[in-house]
Amino acid sequence: MTVVVVGAGPAGVNAAVTAARAGQDVLLIDSAPRIGGQYHRQSFRAKEIRVAHDRVKHLPDTSVWAIEGNRLHLTGSRVVTASRLILATGAYDRTLPFPGWDLPGVYTAGAAQAMAKGQGIALGRNVIVAGTGPFLLPVASSLVDVGVKVRVFEANSPSQNWLRETKALIAGRRKLVELAQYAKVAPYYRERTAVIAAHGDDQVREVTVAKLDQDWNPLQTKRIPVDAVCVGYGFVPQLELAISAGCRISSGFVEVDEDQRTSVPWIFAAGEITGIGGAELAAQEGIRAGAAAAGVQLGLTVDRRFAEALTRVYPVKKGWRGWLTDDTIICRCERVTHRKLQAAAENLTATRAVKLASRAGLGVCQARICGHTVADLLDLDPTTFARRPIATPIPLGDLAANPVEEP
Amino acid sequence: MHVVVVGAGVIGAACAEALSAAGATVTVVDRSGPAAGTTGAGEGNVLVSDKEPGPELELAQASRRQLPELLAKLAEELGQADVEWQPKGGLVVATTDPQPLHDFAARQREAGVQAHPITAREAFELEPNLTREITAAVHYPEDGQVQPVLLATTLLSAVRQRGGQLLSRVTATGVSKHALLTDSGVIACDHVVNAAGPWAGDFAAKAGAPIPVLPRRGVILVTTPVVDLVRHKVYDADYVGAVASGDADLQTSTVVESTPAGTVLIGSSRQRVGFDDTIQVDVLRELARKAIRLFPKLRNVNVMRAYGGFRPYLPDHLPVIGEDHRVPGLWHATGHEGAGIGLAVATGRLLAELMTGRTPHIDPKPFRTDRPGLAL
Repeated sequence: MTVVVVGAGPAGVNAAVTAARAGQDVLLIDSAPRIGGQYHRQSFRAKEIRVAHDRVKHLPDTSVWAIEGNRLHLTGSRVVTASRLILATGAYDRTLPFPGWDLPGVYTAGAAQAMAKGQGIALGRNVIVAGTGPFLLPVASSLVDVGVKVRVFEANSPSQNWLRETKALIAGRRKLVELAQYAKVAPYYRERTAVIAAHGDDQVREVTVAKLDQDWNPLQTKRIPVDAVCVGYGFVPQLELAISAGCRISSGFVEVDEDQRTSVPWIFAAGEITGIGGAELAAQEGIRAGAAAAGVQLGLTVDRRFAEALTRVYPVKKGWRGWLTDDTIICRCERVTHRKLQAAAENLTATRAVKLASRAGLGVCQARICGHTVADLLDLDPTTFARRPIATPIPLGDLAANPVEEP
Repeated sequence: MHVVVVGAGVIGAACAEALSAAGATVTVVDRSGPAAGTTGAGEGNVLVSDKEPGPELELAQASRRQLPELLAKLAEELGQADVEWQPKGGLVVATTDPQPLHDFAARQREAGVQAHPITAREAFELEPNLTREITAAVHYPEDGQVQPVLLATTLLSAVRQRGGQLLSRVTATGVSKHALLTDSGVIACDHVVNAAGPWAGDFAAKAGAPIPVLPRRGVILVTTPVVDLVRHKVYDADYVGAVASGDADLQTSTVVESTPAGTVLIGSSRQRVGFDDTIQVDVLRELARKAIRLFPKLRNVNVMRAYGGFRPYLPDHLPVIGEDHRVPGLWHATGHEGAGIGLAVATGRLLAELMTGRTPHIDPKPFRTDRPGLAL
C-alpha cells in the first residue's frame, strides 16, 4: 500500500518527501514531465531537478482521470490503490470576459509567465498586464526581463486595502520582501485601472483602458495601442478530484482540519485547493499533509492570516459585468455569447440544465475557463461547474483496455 | 380549472403544456428548477426502434407523430421552438445471431413501425465507419433526437405565455382536498399532477397514494467533437433485451450517436443502485468497449465527460398516466424509465384528455394506477 500524492508543485513535493521521510512508500503523480508545478516550473533546457528520496517514486506525464473508492485510475490504462491520498492539484488562472478577450494576443497571466520565464519568449514589444492580485507583479517582472515594455493595471486598490490588514502584513512580512524584488515594475503600475475591451481584426491592436470606481464600474476610458494583453483575476482551484472523492467543499475550497485532513478521513489536501495562499504556504501545508498521512505529529501550525487577507485585498468586484456587451463571448469553446447565455438560462436554476440549454461549459475545457464567470452571471454555485467525474479527457481505447496495476 | 404540476422535467412540462392548451390554468412547481433531474441527464432519445409491440410502443408512436406538429405549433405561438429536433433515423445492427433482430423487426412492422431490413452494404452507406463485422441491420427512419432541456424549457415557455406559472425551488410535501401542500405554503387547485420522475414515489407516499416508482441509474459518455464519424443513432441489437429487463445487475447496450455540436454520445448503462451517483469505472469501460466494437475508429477519440442520472421505472416497465384510484384529484404521470423524452408529448395529451373528460386518443387502461402489475 502506498501514499499517493497528486500534483508535484510546492505542496505535493513537500508532502511526498515528508511522508517518505516518515517511512512511507510514496507515489508522486503529476501531469507535467518534471516536478515543480506552475510556480517552480523547470525550464526544459536546464538540468532536471528530481525528488531526492528513494522512497518517492515520481510518475511524470500522468493524470488521475477518476477516483473510485481508494482506486485511482491513471492515464495510459493504469490503476493504483492508495492507502492514503494527498491531493495537491493546485489552481489555474481565472480570467474575466470582456469584449475582444478571445482575440489572438490576449493571454492568461500564467501562460505569459510560462512563456517568458520558461522559454524566454516575449509576447510583443508593448504589453499590458491587467487584472488583480500579487501574481501580476512577477508576470510583469518576467516580461521586463525578456525586454518587453510593460504596463500593469491592477483593478483593486491594494495600497489602500493593505492599510486595513496590519496583522496580516506582519504575518506575511517575508512575502513583502519577496514583492520588493518587483520594484522595477513600480513606475509602470496603476491601481483601479483595467482593460475592459480589446480591439483588432486578426489580433489585438488596441485596448480600452478604464479608470474604475471601487466596484469596478468604469469612470473614464481611453484607447491605447498594444501588442499583447495578459489577464489574471486570481485563481480557480482544481477541485474535480476532491469532488469526485466526496471531499466536502466550503466557500469554493476543499475543507481541511489542522492536519490538512479532508472530510474523507484517508484523504488529505494541501496547497491552493484549500485556499489561495501562494507557494510558501502551499509548501508548509504539504509538509503537514505528508506528516499526517504518515501518522506523524509535527506540532507545527500554519499562519494563514496573510493568505486570508489576500481575498479581501484583491476581491473580484461586480462591476466587471458592466464591461460585457450582448455579443461578448462568455464560453470560448462553444462560442456562447452573453446574449445567448442570458436567453437560454432564463428560469433555469440547475447548472446542468444551464449548460445543456446554453452550451456554455460543454466544450473541450469542460467549463474550466468559463465556469466561474457563468456561475457569477447567473448566481449559481461555481463549485457545481467543477463536477467532472472524468477529470481529464482520455482516449476511448484507453478506457476500454484492461488497466495495469501500478505497483 | 386550476392544475398544479409537481415536477418541471419533460413529463411535467408536457402535461402542463397540454393542460394549458386545453384551457386549464397551470402552475408548475419544482424543488429545483426546469430539467434539473432526469431530463437534464438524458440523451434526448425519441425512439420506436427499441420497443416491443404493446402499450408503450403505441404511446411512443403517438408521441413521435405529435412531436413535430407540436413543435410547429409552438414555433408559431412563441416565435421560435428550436429544440435541436433531428429526425435522423436509427440503425440497429447485430454482430452475432441475426435472427432475433429480424424476428423483432417483423413483429414491430405488424404494429405499424417502419423497420426496414437492409444489407450490410446499405448499412455502410448509411454509416461508413461502422464495423464490418455486422450480421444484420435494420433501419428505423422514424427514430429521432431532441435536446431534452430545450424541449422542457420550450414547453414551459408556452405554459407561461398562456398565463401559467413556474415556481422553482418549491418542494411539494403532500396534498389535501383541493390543494397542494408545499414548503412555501398551500396552493389551492382542482387537481395535482405527480410528475416527479424518480422522486414520484416519495411524493406519492406523502400524498397518501404510494406507487412503486424506483430509480434506475444510467450513464452516458460524451466525446470531444469529431467530424462525421457517426451519422444516425446506431444501436447494438442487445439494446432491446436490456430495456425490458428488471435485473439489478449492470446492463449495458450500446447506443452511439452524434449531436449537432459534433460530440458523440455513448449510452447507456442501466443499474439498480438506488440514488447512488458515484462513478463506476467498470460501467464506463463496458460502454467504451461496446462503442468501439460498433465504431472501431472511436478508439482514438477522447471521452471528455460522463454524466449520469436516475430514470423512474415501475415493476412492470410501463408508465402510470391517470388519476389515482385512492386519492381523487391526484394524478400521476411518471415511470417512463429511459424513454420519457420520446413519450412525453403523448403522455401530456392523454393526461389532459382524461382530466377534461375528452375521448382519449390512445387506450389509457394499460397506464392506470390500479393495474395488477403495480400491486404492492
